[in-house]
Amino acid sequence: MSEYRIKGETGEWEVVIGLEVHAQVTSNAKLFSGAATAFGAEPNTQVSLVDAAMPGMLPVPNRECIRQAVRTGMAIDAVINKWSRFDRKNYFYADLPQGYQISQLYHPLVGEGSLTIEADEKAGIPEAKRVGIERIHVEQDAGKLMHDQHPSMSYVDLNRSGVALMEIVSRPDMRSPAEAGAYVRKLRSILRYVGSCDGNMEEGSMRADVNVSVRRPGDEFGTRTETKNVNSVRFVMAVIESEAKRQIELIESGGTVVQETRLYDPDRNETRSMRSKEDAHDYRYFPDPDLLPLELDDAFLEECRASLPELPDAKRARYIAAGISAYNADVLTAEVEAARWFDALLEAGAKPVAAANWVTSELFGALNRLGKDISESPVSPVQAAELLGLVADGTISGTIAKQVFEKMLETGDGAAAIVEREGLKQTSDTGAIEAEIARVLAANADKVEQYKAGKEALFGFFVGQTMKAMQGKANPQVVNELLRKALGRA
Amino acid sequence: MSDLTNLTVAQIRDGHRAGDFSAVEVAEAFNANVAGAKVLNAFIVETPDHAIAAAKQADADRAAGTLKPLSGVPIGMKDLFATHGVQTTAASHMLEGFVPRYESTVSQKLWDAGCGMLGKLNLDQFAMGSSNETSYFGNVISPWRRKDGGNAALAPGGSSGGSSAAIAARLCPAATGTDTGGSIRQPAAFTGISGIKPTYGRCSRWGIVAFASSLDQAGPMARDVRDCAILLETMAGFDPKDATSLDLPVPNWEAALSSDLKGKKVGIPKEYRLDGIDPDIDAMWDAGIAMLKDAGAEVVEISLPHTKYALPAYYIIAPAEASSNLARYDGVRYGLRDLPQGAGLQDMYAATRAEGFGPEVKRRIMIGTYVLSAGFYDAYYTQAQKVRTLIARDFNTAFESCDVILAPTAPSAAFGLGEKTADPLSMYLNDVFAVPASLAGLPAMSVPAALNREGLPLGLQIIGKAFDEQGVLNAGLAIEERAGFTARAEKWW
Repeated sequence: MSEYRIKGETGEWEVVIGLEVHAQVTSNAKLFSGAATAFGAEPNTQVSLVDAAMPGMLPVPNRECIRQAVRTGMAIDAVINKWSRFDRKNYFYADLPQGYQISQLYHPLVGEGSLTIEADEKAGIPEAKRVGIERIHVEQDAGKLMHDQHPSMSYVDLNRSGVALMEIVSRPDMRSPAEAGAYVRKLRSILRYVGSCDGNMEEGSMRADVNVSVRRPGDEFGTRTETKNVNSVRFVMAVIESEAKRQIELIESGGTVVQETRLYDPDRNETRSMRSKEDAHDYRYFPDPDLLPLELDDAFLEECRASLPELPDAKRARYIAAGISAYNADVLTAEVEAARWFDALLEAGAKPVAAANWVTSELFGALNRLGKDISESPVSPVQAAELLGLVADGTISGTIAKQVFEKMLETGDGAAAIVEREGLKQTSDTGAIEAEIARVLAANADKVEQYKAGKEALFGFFVGQTMKAMQGKANPQVVNELLRKALGRA
Repeated sequence: MSDLTNLTVAQIRDGHRAGDFSAVEVAEAFNANVAGAKVLNAFIVETPDHAIAAAKQADADRAAGTLKPLSGVPIGMKDLFATHGVQTTAASHMLEGFVPRYESTVSQKLWDAGCGMLGKLNLDQFAMGSSNETSYFGNVISPWRRKDGGNAALAPGGSSGGSSAAIAARLCPAATGTDTGGSIRQPAAFTGISGIKPTYGRCSRWGIVAFASSLDQAGPMARDVRDCAILLETMAGFDPKDATSLDLPVPNWEAALSSDLKGKKVGIPKEYRLDGIDPDIDAMWDAGIAMLKDAGAEVVEISLPHTKYALPAYYIIAPAEASSNLARYDGVRYGLRDLPQGAGLQDMYAATRAEGFGPEVKRRIMIGTYVLSAGFYDAYYTQAQKVRTLIARDFNTAFESCDVILAPTAPSAAFGLGEKTADPLSMYLNDVFAVPASLAGLPAMSVPAALNREGLPLGLQIIGKAFDEQGVLNAGLAIEERAGFTARAEKWW
């Protein structure tokens, strides 16, 4: 059974998931002020008069933030609204200096779009799935309260106040924690390709509000709850599992789910109620009279579109068309840095399939061992292309290539230089190889008998022995050919 | 030498330039008048040193041949404009003692042009009021008195009541005002001076304490039309710090002043003829029509059919915006903080705002909060915005058949202090002629046109097309030249 179902006391349940992802826009300045946005600055050092809501201060939209949101919308194939507007969401809190958040309720910048999550049999996603995205709107972040600075007072840090966020609202199209996890990972990947958000969930650059409801398969949607500010893929999946379980147990024991806002407690792996719909705020949304409607012209949109890089789906399709396996294509395109590195490798002349295999096994393995990101790889794409070129043209074997790569990592030298210096060039000298083959077959007469009697798997043993005798430097293809001939099967 | 405080801005500017007197003499003369008129309560803060420093600079600049456009002209600054290092209160307890570390764009432009500041002028609290009676620092008293033998204290109008009273009493030759629904024009009319609210967006709102963002607009108040043109030229201009600022060049309004209205059409809106209105108002209006005809204009009747909905729409939109704009006064970062013993955040909000806002401000915050609430938003706010669109359309249609519109500024002369405080609605009705141009964002000015039978000044309002301040000023000048309004309040203070 491919569909995700939760078994309750009274039968099977389906979970319905929608996500609102808040992604911090990559920009040097805040959405409506010139203040800086760097993470980790001393409290209240990145606060302009506007961010502190001093009397008479006015917001002015930051063009770069709008541009990034438009490019993001284009990357999910969404409708870009050439006319949008900012609204005020009014509520009092100490981290909200203006007493309202500037957001977009009625006329968001980006309308309907979608993204595709790839099939992942192991994770329980049997086939690729399109997840609808209802809208992306742009809004201000709030500041941060600090409760641990003083025994009886709370302090406020306004560094985040006014930072630009994109709120990316999905349709309730996901049906399992795995799908939700894949959605967040895919969205993060797209944002990082576009460069509109660094996707850093630990620093809070990306966080999700998770809407969960349960129903009998095929029934109408159930009542949903919203769990706020979940800040990792793992937690998103955990929230869905625990919240779905809670709702099912509640319904099956005769209760009803109430529409409410909940918080996730990672230590206890459970959600708890924050406030119910009844005590929900009346935000008194209305168009912000300090700001004119946002009108985008064609030249601006054209510039946004032209600046988009190749996106993960297109890149993946290109890799697959070049013969790369779907699995490798997924691995290579997931992170923009890896994809860029791989593209540079292809550009330097490496053959796609061999390059993909080498990157996903050799390079990733080595980086993992060294604890380095691909951006810190000691071997450059051009150096790697040289190494793969030596394998492709038969200068060295794959086995020798591994040794050469180790030396490259150690010394930083080029592949050809190492091969030359260490005398690792493989030989296609048939005379020398034939001589070794003769010795190997003579020394293993019993196995030759077994082979001839039909135990064909032994062929690999003879190849191995021959290669070993040649110290790995024999051309494996030539070895194969000569062995077959010698064993009378050529 | 004649009294320097009787000079207009143009006369001070030109006389100083010609060497007839020094700027310091001018500043000292006005400082003395300010010091002698405390009973009028026109100023919240007096800044004689600021005026003298600017005057010294002006005299030095004259000697060096580096005069600026308004060198030597001291002015009053409505206490809604943030002034660097000088207390800025919006006439509220909430901001009592608040000293900005920044300067509003408009005031900065005036200082850059050479003006000096005589002080921060009183106003209705957060610019909410039509009589200056909502100020936390006490009401301003108009220098005018009825010629009825009594000496009832009269309202100087509002919200720019400190500005109007100070100019009428010769405490300053000119002042800044702000106009959200008549706050420049109505006090100008009540005190026999001129004032213009330019097209919305002409003057930057940056650094002006916000009342209703979509309506607030700064403008000058002065003794005559020329002075308004001079000051507006300095105050106006695109400001990248205000997203609603007009990105247009500032015309040379003073140089293009002309009272010759040949070929111009003046519209008379029939909906502004109110039943039961003071006959002196109608008489002044008719006299104004005759003056504009005399200046060469053709007079046509026009219709602004949605006029009667303007005031209700205004008293939804302005409070709605105010309820949100004033949310920042919460006791957290600046201004008043009332933190009762053991109180939490919500208690601090409640105590601070209860203490820091006066009754009229609270009334408008509550009205605004109400009209924006779920379930009422469409019935009030959305409906009011529709009315606003219709009113703007009324004006557009009317301006197809005329160049400017002539109407009274206010439905009455100045009323007595305390006469309307018990009835907010009758106070709001005072804005009936002023509010439509505010809702439509159009330039409009008031010029003194006559005295009523009690000897109090009455003002005529000229409303122009968007961006046509010149047309408004020119029609104002035509009236000014013909009305020969020279009356001034007799000094009793």
